[in-house]
Amino acid sequence: MKINLKINGVWKEVEIDPSDYLLDVLRREGYLSVKKGCDTGTCGACTVLRDGYPILSCATLAATCDGHEITTAEGIADEMEDYAKMLAGEGAEQCGFCSPGLMVMLYALKKEIENGKVKKTKEDIRRYLIGNLCRCTGYAGQERAIFRYLGVE
Amino acid sequence: MREVKKSIPKKDSYGLIRGLPVYTDDLAPKDSLVMKVLRSPHAFARIKNIDTSEAEKMKGVHLVLTYKNVPRRVITRAGQGFPEPSPYDKFILDEYVRYVGDEVAAVVADNERIAEEALKKIKVEYEVLEPVLDFEKAEGHPSIIHPEKESFSQFNIGRDPKKNIAASYQMEIGDVDKLIKECEEDPDCVLVRERFYTQAQAHVMLEPHASYAYIDMAGRLVVVSSTQTPFHVRRQVAMVLDIPIKNVRVIKPRIGGGFGGKQALHGELLVSYAAWKLKKPVKLVYTRREVFEATYTRHPMRFDVTLGAKKDGTLKVIDFNVLSDTGAYGEHALTVLMVAGSKTLPLYNKVDGVRFRGKVVYTNHVPAGAYRGYGAIQGNFALESAMDILAEKLGMDPVELRLKNVIREGETSEIFKIMGEGREGVEMIIKSCKLEEAINRAAELAQWKKKRSKREKRESKARGIGFAVAMQGSGIANIDMGSAIIKLNDDGSFNLLVGATDLGTGSDTILAQIAAEAIGVSSDDIVVYSSDTDLTPFDTGAYASSTTYVSGNAVRLAGEKMRKLILKEGALKLGVSENEVEFDGRVIKTKEGSKSITLKELATILYYTENQKQLVADGSFVGPESPPPYAAAFAEVEVDTETGKVDVLKYTIVLDIGTPINPNLARIQAEGGVVQGIGMTLFEDVKYSKDGKLLTNNLMYYKVPSRLDVPELVVEFTESYEPTGPFGAKSVAEIGIDTPPAAIANAIYNAVGVRIKSLPITPEKVFFEMNK
Ligand code: FES
Ligand code: FES
Repeated sequence: MKINLKINGVWKEVEIDPSDYLLDVLRREGYLSVKKGCDTGTCGACTVLRDGYPILSCATLAATCDGHEITTAEGIADEMEDYAKMLAGEGAEQCGFCSPGLMVMLYALKKEIENGKVKKTKEDIRRYLIGNLCRCTGYAGQERAIFRYLGVE
Repeated sequence: MREVKKSIPKKDSYGLIRGLPVYTDDLAPKDSLVMKVLRSPHAFARIKNIDTSEAEKMKGVHLVLTYKNVPRRVITRAGQGFPEPSPYDKFILDEYVRYVGDEVAAVVADNERIAEEALKKIKVEYEVLEPVLDFEKAEGHPSIIHPEKESFSQFNIGRDPKKNIAASYQMEIGDVDKLIKECEEDPDCVLVRERFYTQAQAHVMLEPHASYAYIDMAGRLVVVSSTQTPFHVRRQVAMVLDIPIKNVRVIKPRIGGGFGGKQALHGELLVSYAAWKLKKPVKLVYTRREVFEATYTRHPMRFDVTLGAKKDGTLKVIDFNVLSDTGAYGEHALTVLMVAGSKTLPLYNKVDGVRFRGKVVYTNHVPAGAYRGYGAIQGNFALESAMDILAEKLGMDPVELRLKNVIREGETSEIFKIMGEGREGVEMIIKSCKLEEAINRAAELAQWKKKRSKREKRESKARGIGFAVAMQGSGIANIDMGSAIIKLNDDGSFNLLVGATDLGTGSDTILAQIAAEAIGVSSDDIVVYSSDTDLTPFDTGAYASSTTYVSGNAVRLAGEKMRKLILKEGALKLGVSENEVEFDGRVIKTKEGSKSITLKELATILYYTENQKQLVADGSFVGPESPPPYAAAFAEVEVDTETGKVDVLKYTIVLDIGTPINPNLARIQAEGGVVQGIGMTLFEDVKYSKDGKLLTNNLMYYKVPSRLDVPELVVEFTESYEPTGPFGAKSVAEIGIDTPPAAIANAIYNAVGVRIKSLPITPEKVFFEMNK
């Protein structure tokens, strides 16, 4: 079947199988920042935005996204440049496999904070980001960058 | 020092954070055929019959591999230097399957869907055999896991497959039995005898194992793989395909973590064989479930520990008797066992006698292999828990007990010479050791004195603080070799080519810093390319905490040579002798300052106008010894006395890693190690059903630490300078993971008075012990 997706601002007609997950479709279409870490909705590496809200693309059927707007790390990287520099400044992207998914989630979190939906406290931020696993860094370095980026004391 | 001891960002940070396509699966050709593997549903079975005809008939299926149509060549996948200390006990595919998840057959098809369909069409008839699932009953079990005649070891590793023993080892310094007996009879002596267990832990690097292979324009095989050991992969692939090494090229792109799990070959052999046969690109990307079920775990171990000490706290004797479970194949069996002693026992180097004995048994579990810590974390849990038990018996402050007995600069341990990895070690006088300073500093940061004396109890919560020290190594002495090539470019920048393997650790970056420091230029001017067997020089790979020390020294040597070449060519150009010029990183000038030329100008001239030549320098290094990094750590925990749940509130660790080449990256390594260690201590646990099926085969059943499990982390480095290391550096990759099990167990004891001797320390265990 064919579906239409607006990926990172550009409408695309994409040929899919009804059983395809969004993750595989996006990777097939060349959005390779979307990573497959687990395939079971448990690691966060495949996080993308659908109409501005984060979803796990490995647990979302592509067919359900017909007509929707999808944003991947490729689409927000320029806007997130400051954060990228802060994370690199901490040395807190080790293997980097979790980094794009985390950046997407952080992008969504920032919007939520701006809209007053999430409180700007360390605890709330951690809870929001809990689904983004990182096996390398022990999280502390990531959080030094994230808290700085969000201006949390 | 200008370029080292400096926290520059990682060289690959731009691409990694933005999610550029840099990992194996991102790079595989779009038209790659897809390989899928049929895995055994039985813990132990013989394939009586396998019928692949239906699968082969399917449209889009290119190849079906079984033990019947692949060469029967016995190998080890361990990914170690040659000759490997691991037994050759594995075939590409075999008629025996030895654990749930073992490879039965592989299908190559146009795409994943067809490959999976085809797997379902393969009919297998098994003769199910009685599996060995309890490692304490494996020795002499009626089921023999490796009955095949072909398996062997490259040298004597104490293997006895008829008894299910993959390896064994023993060494003794002094007469340990006699010393223990004397201690028993001496009223002035205290003896501790305890048994400890450590569990299997899964690596859970975020990128699953992946590889693809294709044929290049010269008809050679190119393998791209998420491996820690490209040169070992090249050697083994050539061996299995029975083609010369020169016909194989292995490239390691960025890797999404490894922790030892990608030291071994997983998938590369099958993918290479299929690509070589089909002359088409073939890729194999593991699912997360396959990573759990069919790669590696940490070796579970049982320790019987005896410690004897004088009433004044002088340690007299240590005895370790170890049983280790290597699972279905003997990969890293001997060496992980030995490290459980060789990288723990020298901490207490002043004893009169020390003995280390152990056996490694085969079972029908997921094979165990290399995993960060590599035996040391297991041994450390046993040793450092026992030390706290001893301290209590002696009525001594555990910190004082350590301070009285730990190794110091200028000292040695006979163990260094006796125990290497798989063979004899090398003598080593410790040239850098700030363990004593680290202990004192960590105690101060953690407020040990204050927090220890006052046991806090509020409602159902009890707090306690616990302590442990640790050591590791820096590469495998006399075995691990790294090398580097540096070439000058026509704009005055440099390419650094290294075989070393950055698996996310940041080694490309710190090696660039070392090169820059040695040449005397800025690390901005170093462009790194690593881990490509055609283009970069040899390196044994990223394991055993070797890269900074071994590969780093190779880079330093190459850099120093390059600096000399620059001075020589500069002097020639300026028409003076070499000792009349100096180089400040930008300009080569005569010492009195009358003549000068910039490096950029010199480079341009060298490549385009006069006396044209390429400046290139090389370096290679094999560690004459393996200087240990050290750590002293304090864990502060809160135990819920109603449920037994343990929260780590604060973890303080002070490390002696010599010179931290890049303090930020070193710190992240330490933090990441500590958190992985906390996971192992409190909840990570590989579990099987009664018939040997892995229960923890996804991230819901196997829990790794989330950001809410991370305590306040306090990480500091004590200044030490390792004279044999590059600019004073030792290793940092593994030392961080070693202390949490013992430090946390000791803290729990100090909080609620129960001693948990088996990992992980789950709420059930604490609760049960508290209510005994
Ligand atoms: S791949 Fe989607 S959550 Fe892990
Ligand atoms: S940096 Fe490797 S998983 Fe996060």
